[in-house]
Amino acid sequence: MSTSYTILVMIIALLILFLYLSWVFVSIKVANKEQNEENTERRYFLFTASYALGAVAVGAAAWPLIDQMNPDASVKALATIEVDISNISSGKTITVLWRGKPIFIRRRTQQEISKAQNVNLNELKDPQKDEDRVKKSEWLVMTGVCTHLGCVPLGDKGDFGGWFCPCHGSHYDTSGRIRKGPAPTNLEIPKYEFVDSNIIKIG
Amino acid sequence: MLKKLKIIIKILFIYPIIIVSANNSMATEGLDLLKNKWSFEGLFGTFNRASLRRGYQVYNEVCSGCHSIKLLSYRNLSEKGGPEFSREDSKNIATSFEVIDGPNSEGEMFARPGRLSDKFVKPYPNVQAAEAANGGAYPPDMSVLAKARKDGANYIYSILLGYEDPPEGFELDEGVYYNKYMPGHNIKMPNVLFDGLLDYADGTEATTQQMAKDITAFLTWASEPSLEARHKIGFKVILYLIILAFVVHLSLKRLWSRIESK
Amino acid sequence: MSEEKYIPKSKLGQWFDSRLPLLSLAHHLRDYPTPKNLNYWWTFGAILTFCLIAQIITGIVLAMHYVAHADLAFESVEHIMRDVNYGWLIRYFHANGSSMFFLAVYVHIFRGLYYGSYKSPREIIWIIGMLIYILMMATAFMGYVLPWGQMSFWAATVITNLFSAIPIVGDSIVGWLWGGYAVGNPTLTRFYSLHYLLPFLIFALVVLHIWALHIPGNTNPVGIDIKQPSKDTVPFSPYVAVKDLYALIIFLIITAGFVFFAPNILSHPDNYIKANQMVTPTHIVPEWYLLPFYAILRAVPDKLGGVVVMFASLFILMFLPWLDTSKVRSAVFRPLYKVFFWVLVVDVIVLGYMGAKPPEGLYLLIGRAATIYYFAHFILVMPILGFKEKTTPLPISISDPVLDSDTKITNHR
Repeated sequence: MSTSYTILVMIIALLILFLYLSWVFVSIKVANKEQNEENTERRYFLFTASYALGAVAVGAAAWPLIDQMNPDASVKALATIEVDISNISSGKTITVLWRGKPIFIRRRTQQEISKAQNVNLNELKDPQKDEDRVKKSEWLVMTGVCTHLGCVPLGDKGDFGGWFCPCHGSHYDTSGRIRKGPAPTNLEIPKYEFVDSNIIKIG
Repeated sequence: MLKKLKIIIKILFIYPIIIVSANNSMATEGLDLLKNKWSFEGLFGTFNRASLRRGYQVYNEVCSGCHSIKLLSYRNLSEKGGPEFSREDSKNIATSFEVIDGPNSEGEMFARPGRLSDKFVKPYPNVQAAEAANGGAYPPDMSVLAKARKDGANYIYSILLGYEDPPEGFELDEGVYYNKYMPGHNIKMPNVLFDGLLDYADGTEATTQQMAKDITAFLTWASEPSLEARHKIGFKVILYLIILAFVVHLSLKRLWSRIESK
Repeated sequence: MSEEKYIPKSKLGQWFDSRLPLLSLAHHLRDYPTPKNLNYWWTFGAILTFCLIAQIITGIVLAMHYVAHADLAFESVEHIMRDVNYGWLIRYFHANGSSMFFLAVYVHIFRGLYYGSYKSPREIIWIIGMLIYILMMATAFMGYVLPWGQMSFWAATVITNLFSAIPIVGDSIVGWLWGGYAVGNPTLTRFYSLHYLLPFLIFALVVLHIWALHIPGNTNPVGIDIKQPSKDTVPFSPYVAVKDLYALIIFLIITAGFVFFAPNILSHPDNYIKANQMVTPTHIVPEWYLLPFYAILRAVPDKLGGVVVMFASLFILMFLPWLDTSKVRSAVFRPLYKVFFWVLVVDVIVLGYMGAKPPEGLYLLIGRAATIYYFAHFILVMPILGFKEKTTPLPISISDPVLDSDTKITNHR
């Protein structure tokens, strides 16, 4: 992410410097009109070298001013969280905050798992196999943000045994996939892994 | 040419005048502090990693009983420019402390092991508790202590080594100790450093002076974690600006040569 | 200014320029005839413009992270120093940048005093400059309060208390400034708001300052009027622009020296202690650039007297164009005035030094003597010298060679 920012900033800095210096350069040309142009090449090399060094300086000065808007160290420290899942009983969901968003962690019943696995992919707006959405079929870990316009769906509601978003009526199934309603895609699965059988590391 | 030289000389004098007068004008009682040659002093100063790690150990085992350092986070221990403990070690340090979190779904506060993202735990929940436990004096938070005192590093070092018996006739109140380098010589903190007080993890001999040096380095880093980055970037910036000045100066001469010849 | 109307080269340019003459303005600025004998003391105007823009940019960036609440301000500044990417750099630049801003403004003002830049027809430029200076001091004072350290809090208490010296309305004004019965959170939040606002007022005044300057054009080291444009002038760009750029780079090297290698040397260690209403620091000291006025304030034993004399020391400068009666503009040709000029420089430095010392004993005596000289310089010396002084002969023009080499004709070097 930071390399693209650096390049962007360098381009902008170079552009601004180019505009200013071309203004200066034009003035030199105007001042030159009556003059004999001796040592043109050495002169232009010197000026070009100055511009180049100046552009780098402006870019280097501008970079911290842009970079400070990137997430700071205290925000990045919370980019990864570990959640203890040992106290969640079957059929229950907990919600944790990760990077400012709710994450649903549900310990699914066998019924919910079978229902999720047996869905015909042709019925799905955003076809995805349940096996591709979970690491251990008993545990569903997904972002609790409706993919329509960002509301938090309500659990154990809706026509498909999963979640229902009250804002505009999207229904998600036991795998968190969109089944009915305006949402375009399934509930997002964040990057996570099982540190051990009791702890999930998200992010 | 002469005129410009005069200008450069004037500028070169403004700098030292400011620095000298700044240093002098802030002097309150002109106490001659103990001076140590610190690795982080000077234009190219850096921290000694081993010293910072020992310093953390001194903070943890000696100071943290009374002094908070609440603006520091456990993750800072593994970040660049500091003690640079491994991330694993920093994490273990963090989990060795209990942090109050909450409220939970029952509305209660609860204790949990510390995380990297947590700030250093405080010995007392608030200033009043700290005062009550320390004879009415608040052991200051040490997050920026080295910047909050003039010549902070040498000040901390001197205070720690400055405990001695009061001179003849010097009246000391109950619970107050004599310190050679404390302004006013009265200090409510007792002497805490003694030879062999702790076992350094790296095997260094824990003399009073060694511990004083290490904790000073640690506290200086805690006040200025960006010190090394600042020196490094600063060197590059000034060098680059000097080169840029040279090139622009040549351009200037080249430009103005036309005016001379007209 | 005698310039022909500028016609942009492109049709689009002409269409735009006839509706909003920005291209004509750019052309004017580019070709603005500048005396060719300006020395480096003239580069500080450009340096100051850079400082203003740099402070505004770094300030806006800091404002993205700073929290203006008494309980959180100090910690938010530390958050900037420790967590925000390059936060330490931006904060140190802003803090030391304000010191450099004042250093440049003092050089700029003293340049004016030496070369008679304030004299007719440039009186309005000078007065606007004084207004800019006053706003700068107000901005800097409020900015220093924001980190909410011990010095922030107590300097705010002392300076706002000054206004209670005003008879009848004094206490009400102070309560109105504080937003409470003492300096507290309401004071902090309104100072933050005004600290953000004032620089833009300064910017507007700077535009007027430069506009007013461009009517008669720059004065020059020998202080004689020259025709602009003429063979005595050069177009601003590239000649003066590059010279200003060069001076700016040198200025930035000095700034970088402070920012990277001595970032806290100009501030007070007590400001790294969080503000405590119960404990007053032993010596309350403002930032160095306010020290001369602090010394003048404390030189007068009476509270109201001190306030009046302090403000008088500022406002007397406004009348300078009329206090200086000399027909000769530049000190280059005023041998006696030159001496008094340097005495004034030393006097102001002495005042600054006394401002940092406790106002007692020898320090107080010197402070009073220096205050008396300060006023004597403007009220007595300058008017009298204008009449009495025997000035040296002025050159005919700045380009023509001079017969007597003692009369220093300064060229662009």
